[in-house]
Order: sequence, then structure tokens, then C-alpha cells
Amino acid sequence: MTRSFHAGLTALAVALGAALLLTTRGIEIPVRAAVDTPSNASAVAYRGYASPVDVLLSPDGARLYVLCQDAMEVRVLNAHTFAAIITIPVGRVPRGFSLSTAGDRLFVANSWDDTITVIDTRALTAVATWPVGAEPSSVVEDRQGKRLFVANRISNDVAVLDASTGVEQRRLLAGRGSSYLTLAPDGSRIYATHIYPNRPPRRTGLENRTAPESEITVIDLFDPQRAAVVDRIPLHRIAGVFRTAISDDGRLGVTAELHPKNLVPLAHVEHGWAFEDTLSLFGADVGKPGSPPVEVPLDELERYASRPFAVSIAPDKSRIYVTSGGSDIVTVIDVARLLRFIHTHPGPFAQDLSASANYVVTRIAVGRNPYGAVLSADGHRLFVANRLDDTVSVIDARTDRVSSTIALGGPKTITPLRRGEQTFYSARYAFQGQFGCANCHIDSTFDGLQWDLEPDGFGRDIVDNRLLEDLRGTEPFKWNGGNPNIPTECGPRTEKYFWRSQTYDDLTLTDLTLYIFSLPIRPNRFRPQYQQFTPAQERGKAIFERALDKFGRSIPEANRCSYCHSGLKGTSQKSFDVGTRKLTDNTGMLDTPQLTNIALTAPYLHDGSARTLEEIWTVYNPEDKHGRTNDLTKDELNDLIEYLRTR
Amino acid sequence: MKKHFPIAVLLAVAITALAAPPRMPRFHFENFTTANGLPDNHVFAVLVDGERVWAGTENGLALYENRTWKTYTTEDGLAHRAVLSLALDPRSGDVWAGTMGGLSRVSAGRIESFTQLNSGLSNDVVYGVSVEGENVWVATAAGGCRLNTRTGQWTLYTERNTPMQEIWTYGVSATPSKVYYAVWGSGVLEYDQKTGRWDKYDDPDGENEIVLFKDQGLIHEIVTSVSYVDNILWAATYFGDSRYDGRYWHNFLTKDSGLPSNFTNYIKGVDANRAWFCTDKGLAYYDGVNWAVYRPSLVDGKPEMTVRDSSGNVSRIAVSTAPAHNYILGIDFQGSDIWVATAKGLSHGIRQQP
Repeated sequence: MTRSFHAGLTALAVALGAALLLTTRGIEIPVRAAVDTPSNASAVAYRGYASPVDVLLSPDGARLYVLCQDAMEVRVLNAHTFAAIITIPVGRVPRGFSLSTAGDRLFVANSWDDTITVIDTRALTAVATWPVGAEPSSVVEDRQGKRLFVANRISNDVAVLDASTGVEQRRLLAGRGSSYLTLAPDGSRIYATHIYPNRPPRRTGLENRTAPESEITVIDLFDPQRAAVVDRIPLHRIAGVFRTAISDDGRLGVTAELHPKNLVPLAHVEHGWAFEDTLSLFGADVGKPGSPPVEVPLDELERYASRPFAVSIAPDKSRIYVTSGGSDIVTVIDVARLLRFIHTHPGPFAQDLSASANYVVTRIAVGRNPYGAVLSADGHRLFVANRLDDTVSVIDARTDRVSSTIALGGPKTITPLRRGEQTFYSARYAFQGQFGCANCHIDSTFDGLQWDLEPDGFGRDIVDNRLLEDLRGTEPFKWNGGNPNIPTECGPRTEKYFWRSQTYDDLTLTDLTLYIFSLPIRPNRFRPQYQQFTPAQERGKAIFERALDKFGRSIPEANRCSYCHSGLKGTSQKSFDVGTRKLTDNTGMLDTPQLTNIALTAPYLHDGSARTLEEIWTVYNPEDKHGRTNDLTKDELNDLIEYLRTR
Repeated sequence: MKKHFPIAVLLAVAITALAAPPRMPRFHFENFTTANGLPDNHVFAVLVDGERVWAGTENGLALYENRTWKTYTTEDGLAHRAVLSLALDPRSGDVWAGTMGGLSRVSAGRIESFTQLNSGLSNDVVYGVSVEGENVWVATAAGGCRLNTRTGQWTLYTERNTPMQEIWTYGVSATPSKVYYAVWGSGVLEYDQKTGRWDKYDDPDGENEIVLFKDQGLIHEIVTSVSYVDNILWAATYFGDSRYDGRYWHNFLTKDSGLPSNFTNYIKGVDANRAWFCTDKGLAYYDGVNWAVYRPSLVDGKPEMTVRDSSGNVSRIAVSTAPAHNYILGIDFQGSDIWVATAKGLSHGIRQQP
């Protein structure tokens, strides 16, 4: 009783402390109050939604761990009766978790806190919180229990930590938006994937019209000292790579991914010509060492498996299970048929909507927005976390049917905000359910791509996709400033030119608008917390706000950084010609984009032609129309950028 | 006679021993050129990473692995075809290449390039690069700079914030305690990692570019290369070389050492007492007392090895191979073997004896 009471108090204190911290930092995210429940005083129940994003089974199969993102907790359930055992608070916006080989420790990546929570699974309590890189999204321990690997989304790397102390040893370069890690069953390698395409290696002037390139980063664990990247499996034309699974025999690797068709006008949705939802297959079952992966579609005409995320391979390698977050399904693939197909048919297959009929066994409907999944050791049960339903679907793998649905509790009513989020993450509004908002705004951010939208004319007005965070007060929208508000931007325009269907009712659009306006700003990793700017940032701020150039001449007001990028969000909400119009652009008058988290949103300019912040001025500002910058020395330009990164 | 025989033998052995040249390392040189896979014979830099050898050439970055060469070019993302300097991040295995057109990071086949247009790099001509922890230190034609690979922040070092008079930095050697820059015309710059303060070593009398008295200070202001090992700074100039222990300087010139030339392109310390000198007239090794020079003969081009003892006695050692050319630009070590970058090929010195 005493222990429970103290545990409850501790949890309450942690929650209140977190709430206070969030309040003092001014971060606009919903904060849940902690209350003790009569049935289990040590558990912490939150008002609000759980939003499960991942599931794990203990090595003995007795426990089911559910990572709840919005509730910021790990729920521990009996894997057979599904009764709640305990709830363990973790950090903000947890995105991934994994068990140690022995199952005695559970590691949780808290993406907004930049920490890893270490949970002792015997005591079922958090025993450590380790600081890691920026926006950790996945974590795995090596088989020896010596090293911990963490995928950092913002710093585009994989950090290697001492698994006993949490001390970081080094960072390995991964793909842009490094997010998901998979340990090979034999422990020899880690496969890392990333959600944004890599930066084009060379400046050609046509980067924004070049097919995106992604990779699977292969980290070799053979050398206990080094753990170096030994291979980068190229994923051509892919932007948005999610989870990978490796078969128990190590001969087959499967990665879920998005294949956008952003180089052609978005005018052929009715032909399936916007996104392909595909898998990349690699390993000895697929080809000789060094041979490129084989990309196969999950979609078929009129039946799309939008936004594939998690992949599981049956222990006997008979089946592959893939969750699709936009289509609310799990696709079941017959491995033997799949391998036979790719070995007996000439490729490529990625855009062949008739291909999947050769290997897809069935598509199982689950809850809204399925994310992570885990198979039981015997391969008989597949658990699927349905993020926007607050449920876990249990699929009987022998019958391919949902045998149970575990309700994680939470509000009975679905708030307008939640409905808006469900709309945002669903693909059902588009023609044939092909894609949704979250295809281009991965995890409510962006996709790093440039698109050719039809209404401006084929091949005209190539536009870079923009970040959605903190939109309120940044109207109008579109690069030409043509949409005065979100309902116009996301309503009729989106329905007509993106979805090719008119499926939103007024309430749906209102809820969607509410959700989009509610999207919070992620913590800025470049802004010093609790202290002044660094000297370089201070100097950059002075340049940003200056009214005189280095020669003492007055800079016309409209040519000062702080004039167009004014206010807290860095936009005057007006359009200007900053000299970046291309031959294919209909106008040079462009909406002033907000500066929110600008360090994360490369490429830049309206058409994504500047690969980096520096190129905005070193390449695309020859006449000083995009602010007076040509009088700056290199170190001064660096200072300006250091300041911009804090916005 | 009979009773004097042992004494005579001992005497003969002693004389022979006294006359024998010091035992300096001998190598069998295996030379690589375009004829056997190198992309260009002009090799600016060489870097050893275990069994892998990287060569920075005038026409791409070459990797020697499993007895075959693979070349990375601008098509692969390399900043420029001419690769002037190389450094290894021992923690990740990534290779950093300084080129005539920017700085490139080579990581398991993927190349990311940083230029003065797309990044905070101060200048595209990157003469030197060195990795220390999470920082990459760069020597460019417009000053030094540092990239923090964790934060992505660039810090530039020029005449504005360091005691550098010229900004033409030619080489850099970074360690956890100190960072040294070789500055062409401005001596050696020292950065203290703990205090963040800069110091400078240049012409001690302030009147001439070269020291007036032996061991007075850094031998010359035109510094081409630095190497900081075991708390000892080795500095190369076009007018001789220097060793500095933090208190005393010791200078090397052809007239008072075994250096084959005062014109030194590159220097690499082995430890506090031993170093290799890459000159325009051959490769030199100094073991703290004695010198050895390896080169094709300046007279007839035949392989040549000479040894100079502490007394200045020079002996010629019979050898059958030599580095590919006299003009030596770089060196790295692979166990007891050496790899040597020259103006006309890359040489693998396979250690024979002692």
C-alpha cells in the first residue's frame, strides 16, 4: 500500500513536473493530468487518447507492451487475457521502443525530449533517462547488450551508446530523417531507414526535377569496437522509408516505403499515378550479393495499401504482413509466391498494378491508422497498434482474421480535433483511397519533395512542399498566396486537384482545419534553452534586423530580412518578388514563408531549387533582391544562418 | 700470432660494427600507376584504414581494397576531381576528402560534399583536413574552419579572430588537446581545445621569414604541413623542418641533418622522436638520431637508399626498389608498411627489415 501510494505520488509529481515544464517552455501540446485509478494506484491514467504506435511481446510471450504516443506511456498487458498490468510514464511523443535480447530492459525513444527511457521489465519501472540526439525515433540494443543504437531524425544519424551507461560513443551518418532501426535476427547487422529523401549529391540546377533517392543504411556489428556503416542499399525513386524486417534465416529483407511520382504533373490520380505503396526486397533470396533490391507494389487497381509502415515476416518465412496506415489494413503476402513471381517475371514491377495479385493473399481490415505490429514467436498471432482508434488488433495468422480487438481505454467521445487527425491520416477521401494528407506531410511534417500541381499548368510552377507546424497566423497559403485560408487550401482545392473526389462534408473539413491549426511546433534544437543566444546567433540576429549595409548605406525597408520575415513566425503574410522566378514559373510574386523550424525543411525557395540555406543567398540572390546579402562575408553569412536555425 | 688471433678477430668485429651504418627500416616498394588501376598518377594524399587504402589523386578519389581499385568522381558526388587531403574518422570509418572544389565526406559509398556555396565552408580549396571527435577541422585557401558534425555548425578562423596574418592555411592536425594549423606565410597557429585560445609560432626575430640562429624558433613562416604526436609538434616548411616540444625548437636543414631537401611538402610524426618527411627530392625518415632517404636516384633514376648516422656519415644501401617518384606528397602507415603519395604514382613500401 505504501509502495503503491509513493509510486502514485511519484507518477503524479512527474506528470505535474512535465506539465510545468511544458508550460514554462510555452509549447502548445495537450498536457495530461495524472490521476490514480482505484484498481491500480501505481498506474497512471490520463485523460485523452492513448494513440498506440507500437507493440512488443516479451520473450516468453506473456506480456504485451504497447507504446502510447499521446499518453506518453508504455502500457503493459497480459498477452493472453489482455488485462492491464501496469502503465509506465515515458517522455514526450515517444516514437519507438525495443526490448533487450534478454527482455529485461525496455528502451523507449522519446522524440520530443531527445531522451531514451530505460525500463526495468522485472520491476516494471523506469530506471534511467539518457539524453541522446535530436528527435530520437527508434532504438535497438545489440545482442551482446553492450551497445545501444538510436536513430536521430533531425541530425540524420544513428548514435551509438554504451548500453550500460547511456554514454554516447559516436554517430554514424544515416539517411535524411533517420527514423527506424531493425536488428537482424542473428545480431550481425542493423538496418536503418529514413523518412525524407537524401540531398542530391551535386548541384545541377535540376535537383528539384530529379527523382528522389533513399537508402537502407547497413551497420555492421561484427567488430565489437567499431560498428561502422558498411553498406547503403540504394532505394531509387523512393521518398519515405519506414520499417524493415529480416527473415529468421537472414536471407530475406523487406522494407516498407513510399514511391512518389512527383516528377510528373499530379493529374493522373485516376490512373494510380500519384503514389505507389511498395516494398523493397533484398537479401540472398532476392539476388546475389550487391545486386539492387527489387521493388514490388502492394497496391492493385482500386485497392490501395496506402502508406505501408510496419513489416513482419513469419518465423517459417511463409508470410509477410504489412500495415498500411492510410488504408487501415494489414496486407498478407505469400513469400513463396512472391519470390517465384520476382524470379520468373521481368521487372520492374513497382508501377505494375497487376503484380500484387500474384502474391497478396488477403488484406485484413484493422483499426484506424495501423502503425507498429509484432508477431508472436510461434507466428500464430499478429498484434497491430491502431494509433487513431486506441486499440490493438489481434490477428489470428492461421485464419487471417482479427480474433480480438484490445481497447486501450480513453474518451468515449471522439473530439473534433481527433476526427480531424483521423481525416488527415486517412487515404479514404482520395480517389480509390490512394493517398491522404499524411503522404506528403509525413508525421504531420513534410516530404522534402517538389511537386507539379495541375492547376498551374503542366510543367509550370513546380512547388516545394512546406512544413505544417504552427500555421495559424501564416495565411495565405500556396506559394503564390492564392489560398486565403486553410478551408480553401485543404477543402475544394485539395478535393479537386489531389483527391479527385468530393468527399469532405463541412464538418469533416472543419475538423481537419482544426487539427492542422493545432499542430504544435517541435522543440527547436538549435535555440539554446534557458540561456541567451550564442555569440554567432546574436551576430546573425543583428544582420537579420539591420537597416544599414556594411558600407553604412540604408537598406530599403522592403529589402531587409526582418521586413518580409517579420513577426514571431517570420512572415509578413504578403507576397514579394525576391528574384527567384524561373522560366517555368507563372509569377515571381511569392508568398513569404514562415521561418518555423526552417533548419529542418530543406530544400528551400518556392521550387526547392536551393538545397541548403546557404544556397538561397550564395546561388539564388545575385541581385540582392532576396534581402541585402551580397555585402556579407562568409563568416557573416554563417552567422545569419546560425540565427535562422533558431527560428 | 696464435695467441693474438682472438684479439684481432674482436678488433675486426668492433671496427666493422663501428663502421656499419645504423639499421634503418628497409622496404620493397610496389608502385601503382594508371597502368594498374590508379585513376591518375599525380597522388596528393594517401590514407590507410586497416586493409583499405585511399588515394587522393588529381582525377578522383581511389580506394584500394581486395587488390583492386575503385574510383569515386564528381559523378558520385565528390566535390572536385582533385583530392588534396584525406582524413579518417576512426569512430565511424568515414573518410573526409579535401579537394580543389570543396570538402567531401565519404561514408560507405555515399558522398556528401560541402562547398562555400552550399555550406559554411570558408573556401572551396581545401588543402588539409583532420578529424577530432565530432569536429572536422579544415585548412582552406581562405582560413581554417571547423564543422561540428553533431550540430552542423561551422566556425571560421581567419585574421579576424586568430593571430593569423595570412589566411592561406595549408595543413591541420587536430588532437583532443591541441589543434595546429600550417599557415603559408604565417607560421603555425595553435588552438588550445581546453581554453579556446589561439597562439602563434612564426619568425622569432620578426624581421626575416627564416630563423637567424639554429633552433631559435620555427624555421620558416611558409609552413606546409603540421603533425602533432605525443605532445610534439612536427612542422614542415619549404625551407626546412622543425620539431617543437612545447619549450624548445629543433630545426632540420639539409646542411645539418639527413634531409634530402629543405623543400618539404608533408610531414608525419610517428611519435615524439620519429618522423617522416615528404620532400621534393625523396622520402626521408628520422628515428631521433639517424636518417634514411628513399628515392629513385637523382642522377640515374635507379632505386636508392641512403643512411646518415649521427656523425654525419652517409652510407648507401643496396636496394632494388624505390618510391615511384622523388616528389613526395604524402605518407601513411599500415602496420610496419608505408604508403607513399608521389607526383608520379602511389607506392606501397613493404617492410623487409630490420
